[in-house]
Amino acid sequence: MTVHNIRHANTRHADSRHGDASDGAVGGRLSRVDGPAKITGAAKYAFEQQLDGLAHAVMVEATIAAGTVRAIDTRAAETAPGVLLVLTPDTIMEIKGASDWLGNPPTQKTYSPLARTVTYSGQHIAAVVAETFEQAVAAAALVEVSYDETPAIVDLSDAKAGDGIPIDVMTKEWGDAEAAFAAAPVRICAAYNTQREYQAAMEPHGLIARWQGEELTIWEPSQWLDGMARTYAEWFGVPFENVRLVSPYIGGGFGSKALALAHSAVAAASAKMLGRPVKLVLTRPQNFTSYGGRAATRQTVTIGAGRDGKIQSIVHRGVNETAVDGMWVEPLASVTSIMYATPNFSSKQNVVRVNTVVPGAKRAPGENPSAFGIECAIDELAYEVGVDPLEIRLRNYAEQDPEAKKAWSTRQLREAFAAGAERFGWSKRSPKPRSMRDGHQLIGWGVAAGTYPVRRAYGEAIVRILADGSVEVESSSIDMGQGTYTILAQTAAETVGVPADDVVVKLGDSRFPRAGVAGGSRLAGVMTGAVYKAATSALDQFVGLAISDPRSPFHALQANTLVVANGRITAPRGDGPDVSIAELLASVGRDRIEATGDTMPANSSAEDRYKNYTTIATSVPHTEGDYSRHSWCAHFIEVRVDEDFGTVRVSRVVSALDSGRLYNPKLAESQWKGGIIMGIGQALLEEGIVDRRHGRIVNNNLADYLVPTNADIPDIEVISVGIPDLHSSVLGGKGVGELAIVGVAPAIANAVFHATGKRVRDLPITLEKLI
Amino acid sequence: MRDFSYVRADSIEAARKATALPGAMLLAGGTTLVDLAKCGVAQPETVVDITHLKGLDTISVDAGRATLGALAKMSHVADHAGIKSHFPAVSEALWQAASAQLRNMATVGGNLMQRTRCPYFRDPSNFSACNKREPGSGCSAIGGVTRGHAVLGTSQACIAMYPGDLATALVAFDATVHLGQRVLKVDDFFLLPGDTPEREHDIRAGEMITAIEIPGSAAARRSTYLKVRDRQSYEFAAASAAVGLELEADGRTIRDLRVALGGVATKPWRARAVEEALKGKVLDEDTVRKASGLAMEGAVDHGANHYKIELAPRVVARAILKLGETA
Repeated sequence: MTVHNIRHANTRHADSRHGDASDGAVGGRLSRVDGPAKITGAAKYAFEQQLDGLAHAVMVEATIAAGTVRAIDTRAAETAPGVLLVLTPDTIMEIKGASDWLGNPPTQKTYSPLARTVTYSGQHIAAVVAETFEQAVAAAALVEVSYDETPAIVDLSDAKAGDGIPIDVMTKEWGDAEAAFAAAPVRICAAYNTQREYQAAMEPHGLIARWQGEELTIWEPSQWLDGMARTYAEWFGVPFENVRLVSPYIGGGFGSKALALAHSAVAAASAKMLGRPVKLVLTRPQNFTSYGGRAATRQTVTIGAGRDGKIQSIVHRGVNETAVDGMWVEPLASVTSIMYATPNFSSKQNVVRVNTVVPGAKRAPGENPSAFGIECAIDELAYEVGVDPLEIRLRNYAEQDPEAKKAWSTRQLREAFAAGAERFGWSKRSPKPRSMRDGHQLIGWGVAAGTYPVRRAYGEAIVRILADGSVEVESSSIDMGQGTYTILAQTAAETVGVPADDVVVKLGDSRFPRAGVAGGSRLAGVMTGAVYKAATSALDQFVGLAISDPRSPFHALQANTLVVANGRITAPRGDGPDVSIAELLASVGRDRIEATGDTMPANSSAEDRYKNYTTIATSVPHTEGDYSRHSWCAHFIEVRVDEDFGTVRVSRVVSALDSGRLYNPKLAESQWKGGIIMGIGQALLEEGIVDRRHGRIVNNNLADYLVPTNADIPDIEVISVGIPDLHSSVLGGKGVGELAIVGVAPAIANAVFHATGKRVRDLPITLEKLI
Repeated sequence: MRDFSYVRADSIEAARKATALPGAMLLAGGTTLVDLAKCGVAQPETVVDITHLKGLDTISVDAGRATLGALAKMSHVADHAGIKSHFPAVSEALWQAASAQLRNMATVGGNLMQRTRCPYFRDPSNFSACNKREPGSGCSAIGGVTRGHAVLGTSQACIAMYPGDLATALVAFDATVHLGQRVLKVDDFFLLPGDTPEREHDIRAGEMITAIEIPGSAAARRSTYLKVRDRQSYEFAAASAAVGLELEADGRTIRDLRVALGGVATKPWRARAVEEALKGKVLDEDTVRKASGLAMEGAVDHGANHYKIELAPRVVARAILKLGETA
């Protein structure tokens, strides 16, 4: 359980506010209330829990990419100093199969987190538990494994990979795209590739597991406490309520921390087998093989257009890699099918099984690679027909969702193009490639758009008005840096009518009221809605008491309602008593008022509720009802490419974004900038490099897997062009966290083309592709 | 990490003696040793801690020479006013090395002992063949991922790149390393892999780096370190050049030129062919670009690192031309 009390946490400086109390209300620029705890080290992360009798587990991984484990010789490891337990597929306790994140029941009765059949290098095959971490590491090195190796399919370009499996549900067709393309006066066709990328969160994956009888407590960084708790409950055959997941702080997730994984099962099993708490933290290299990053993708985008650049047809074919023993579909047409108006459209997608860990979610899965294809392709079309890359986007502006044929709930993309272009100075762009330079630096300006759907799900919160007049919020939702603590405090403060300083928010404990996954940029919309409802209900109770309780000073007033503001309660016309919340509660003899609120349909059953919080099966489609709901953005990016060295540096970014209403602009801007930075990494640096003979990623550490440093990042200017969208959420916000990465890589690739005249369609754009 | 004994040396003499213990390794900043111990490459039996030795972190500079104590921190040397004015290439090489956190910990003596970043060398559990780690076991890098591997000074046994920046600048300016009885040129201190890639330095049991000495020169005063890489900071060089230039009184004829390359060779690489080709010549762009190509004499690529052969001469040329502009 973690408490953030703004009163203590948010040291006030004159420049941290905008001069009035609005910072504490929804829409104010309140600084992160968890910031001071993180900066001072007071914030306790999962692995920092100090428990008596803690034992330490270390994983042993497969060193082949495909084959079977012939034998595991554990004798030397078992007798090594401090060793408590050596686990192999034969000696680990039985673990039951668990349903998947969609809620599908298990396909196998039992689950073996340690593999006998190896399908990727780095797969867990054994584990060692010892008194100390160093002893476990030393003993793990003594585990001898022999294999029968079989040929591996290394990646999408492997000759053995083939065309893959068609994913029929991904097919999208309208009009006659092939015929329209054949008839189009202007035709372009190009292939675009994105590489395997990793979330590379600063905090590695891992956990501490402790059993007390049949009750399991897990300290583990988590984007989804209730979903992961369900998995543990099913694995070990205990009631859901017996599992407590604790995750007050997360050192970066980016999509990777929503599921309980094989190593999680091993840690919990060894804790049960030993009767002692066990800590297991993956090494940095293991963080590249124990769960999946973004799948490598290949897309072919074909556009048929008129000489004016008006699109007549888009034909799109996509492929993403998945694992031999797991299915991951990265929806590659998710932006292609909605960004531009086209009367004819066709998209199909295959997945190809390769010997890798099953790929996973990384910031804007689907939309991110999809935008790389279509947003580069339309840039190519712009040059082909001689139209400005911004103008061609406006000429093909989709006035409604071309796929769903529904009105947009809100789409401020035209406004984003206008605001971004103005601020960037786009009109001063010299259209010809290689026509702008500064000494040895070739300068290029590129533009690209992005979008992300509004995913809606469910959350529940409790709001309490306490005897001292403060307000408490509890929810099992999480804050991985996006600002949940802060915006929920603002929501409760505004709704109840207290200063944000007087709100305490508690998150990250599965014992609190439940919440769905913090993924797909849905949590803020869901949880502000739940807190708003709970707080409204608490306020109604409070005002009701003040009006009706005979002991209340307002009782004689015979008012229909009262005003609660700034922690005080008054009559509407100010002609009655003026007392604090604490004084009123005291006068009516109550020590608290408490209300629960959720964003579920009314009269949902207990089973519905359980399913809603522990699976993603019940997410509401973004095209439900009459509207199509999405966030939108436009990126304007300047690059400088050294003419001799081929090095690309991003020198200027102006992005205009429509995330609807912002609950806290300061935090939204910070998330947008984070997404843009991650997009710069994707465009220029990030790539999991695989040894083709061993099927193993070799740059599996933070020195060799390159993510941007501060030196790579210029000042980034972000502009909010959103308006409240009440079709998307209770308070009018749309998604924030994933939006801003979408479109960054194509804007950079387009800028590189403008700078150099060279079209790089294969990310990342490293120097050898330009010299 | 294996268990090891820990010895804290209380004098240089004691530290030297301790290096002769079986499996002994010196601990200075620890930025290489701890890293390699964690990935299972370094398995010291005895760690000899020299961080408390007095007097080994001094930096003294005058026009004639710079003397850097072995325990001087990279960041202190980089920021030293005398180094910046008399040996700018040395300061710039250090500023562009590693990260701020590493430079604050790492010592210049330890930096000379930094080992290759070859991913095959660094992953013993997955790649058993590595001649540098296990003589005679083979080379996993040849035929593998080679984007960061050397194109100069390689052998059949090893193509691992020397990753450091400081030593590249030291080699350009004929610096020496003090080992106790022996004083070696830094260029000779680093060994080519040949058939014995496990031997990277000419250092013997009982020896310890105590100081680095850099002779002053006009070329060192007018010098620069140019490092090219995909990431602006905290990345090893795709190619780098330490260059020093001295012009005749006419301001255009090259009297003295020093060129050393980083990021492309198995050791810090002095490009004497470039120096000789340009000495006595009038400095102009065409001449410099042409001569810079000589830096790659004898280069052999292994596929993905071919770009280094194109890139390195351009880096050399840019560095020389930049110095020529700053009169």
